[in-house]
Amino acid sequence: MRKADIACGFVLLFFGGLVLWESLELKIGWGLNGPEAGFFPFWLATGLVICSTVIMVQPFLDHSSSGWPPFVKRGAWLPVIKVALPAFGMVALTEAIGLYPAAFIYLAVYMRWIGKHRWITTVLVSILLPVVSYFIFDRWFLIPMPKGYWPWISGLY
Amino acid sequence: MEALGNLLMGFQIALSPYNLVIATVGIVLGTIIGVLPGLGGANGVAILLPVTFVMPPTSAIILLSCIYWGALFGGAITSILFNIPGEPWSVATTFDGHPMAKAGRGGEALTAAFTSSFFGAAFAIILVTFFAPLIAEFSLKFGPPEFLGIQMLTFSAFVGLGGGSVPKTLASIFIGFILAAVGLDIISGQLRLTFGTVELMRGFNFVVAVIGLFGIGEIFLTVEEGLELRGVQAKVDLRTVTRTLKGLPQYWRTFIRGALIGSWMGIKPGGATPASFMSYGFAKRLSRNPETFGKGAIEGVIAPETAAHAAGVSALLPMITLGIPGSPTAAVMLGGLMIWGLQPGPMLFKEKPEFVWGLIASMYTGNVIGVLIVMLFVPFFAAILRLPFAILFPSIVYVCAIGSFAVNNSTTDIWYMMLFGVVGYVFKKLDYPIAPMVLALVLGDMAESALRQSLIMSQGSPMIFFASPISAVLVTASILLMIWPFISSYLHGDRAV
Repeated sequence: MRKADIACGFVLLFFGGLVLWESLELKIGWGLNGPEAGFFPFWLATGLVICSTVIMVQPFLDHSSSGWPPFVKRGAWLPVIKVALPAFGMVALTEAIGLYPAAFIYLAVYMRWIGKHRWITTVLVSILLPVVSYFIFDRWFLIPMPKGYWPWISGLY
Repeated sequence: MEALGNLLMGFQIALSPYNLVIATVGIVLGTIIGVLPGLGGANGVAILLPVTFVMPPTSAIILLSCIYWGALFGGAITSILFNIPGEPWSVATTFDGHPMAKAGRGGEALTAAFTSSFFGAAFAIILVTFFAPLIAEFSLKFGPPEFLGIQMLTFSAFVGLGGGSVPKTLASIFIGFILAAVGLDIISGQLRLTFGTVELMRGFNFVVAVIGLFGIGEIFLTVEEGLELRGVQAKVDLRTVTRTLKGLPQYWRTFIRGALIGSWMGIKPGGATPASFMSYGFAKRLSRNPETFGKGAIEGVIAPETAAHAAGVSALLPMITLGIPGSPTAAVMLGGLMIWGLQPGPMLFKEKPEFVWGLIASMYTGNVIGVLIVMLFVPFFAAILRLPFAILFPSIVYVCAIGSFAVNNSTTDIWYMMLFGVVGYVFKKLDYPIAPMVLALVLGDMAESALRQSLIMSQGSPMIFFASPISAVLVTASILLMIWPFISSYLHGDRAV
């Protein structure tokens, strides 16, 4: 937890530094229309840099070693990764083949391999959900979902 | 009495068949959203926001606000039957609600919770009906310095009253504002913080951020904790309901106290959660038998539920009068207002009375529909949580992806959603508060233009914030709130020595 706190503070510090640099490029002073574009981000980033420094220093000042549970409970990494990876996979697939087919594959893979559901349930749910949402969004509310790069797939629906 | 005439007009809008159907759909969806892990009021509203683009604004806000009420009701169901608070403000409901359910008094607990929610909401709605026009009238005099003062007060309330780590709360606020600044600068027309990429030119959409932070992040957390859902069966039949209702009037003090605490705390941002705990604490301290609390005291259900629902309603008061949302959910609705082409703030009462009063009237109708629906269909809503997780989780992720894509029709937004999901997960684990970040992201442009306009008015002198009495009071109050944690820790340190 302690290491994670420091690491997160460091990431924020880096992010604040980036913003500082960008806003200096934009000029932070007084222009023709009052404060220039970099003015507001500059002070925000200054604030963030100060806060993240405090966040990083605080764990070193706190010498009570007892109150620092581990960032993730032992063995709890696996389930999180099992959920996160397929989800990222679905997003990547969406770019290629469109949201509905990607959702079908994602749901099927997840239910079969992680949920260990029977094939019949798996197939039913993973087909029904995308089909129903296709009719709700693409047809009813006329919000077209991404169809991917390959026309032979998007041509199917 | 002008308010009553306007309210009647509002009822004509809210009671039209179309809007009643919309309200019912909203309540049902909202309750489902409130019951499901990973979906709460804020991101439920965010996911469904794109759907409202095709509706008239009044129906759209009715749909969204009813989803909000539904989510508030739904939170009580999971707290009582499953011991899982669907929302942070339902945590206090689990203390006594779940023991009641385990003792076979689940129906009683649910009836009490729904009745208290309804009472709290009704109380706050009446307050909104009469105070909203007054506040709007008063704030018509506000200029940029006063609006900035209100914004400062909003954010310093998170720092001073949030109870979390001060640097982490501030960091979260700064990040929100920085993300809001990405993209086109509204005043100079320059591109900012894009680092030369095309993707960042559009900036970050708060809807995507809300879905990622609250939805995806929450799912990661739930999986890590490996929650096992072992619910308690409860049936709500007419006999239980009438028996419970007969017993409730003797707790009128708890009801009124909860409603007052809720309405007062709800106006301040992030108020619903502290309000529910505060109300619970008061109820316990002032109860004739405090030893029953935590073991299934019905007052322990009434107190937090009344306060949370009252706070949920009164969070909309600053949103419709000042354009400052009191909760992340209200922030998403405010964003919706801007997308529908309405300018939030005091002028809304003058320019779009049918919108404002339609919304206020729909709070009455929505909560009546809500209490009826949840009472009737508790078993159905509870059954949702009995679905296997391997079906629930991917479906929720999928629905979240649809919601983030639909805001701008961009697949990049789905990537951002996942990114915000990871950020939300890490921030929750490290105790960074997320609500201030969302509020800052929504209010960023408004705050920045208020600041820059004020500085233009004064030609660069910050003294303009102390020039008018209103802004002087607001700014001073927010500075005091900001340093309050330091004062209080100093006082505590003194006492400890």
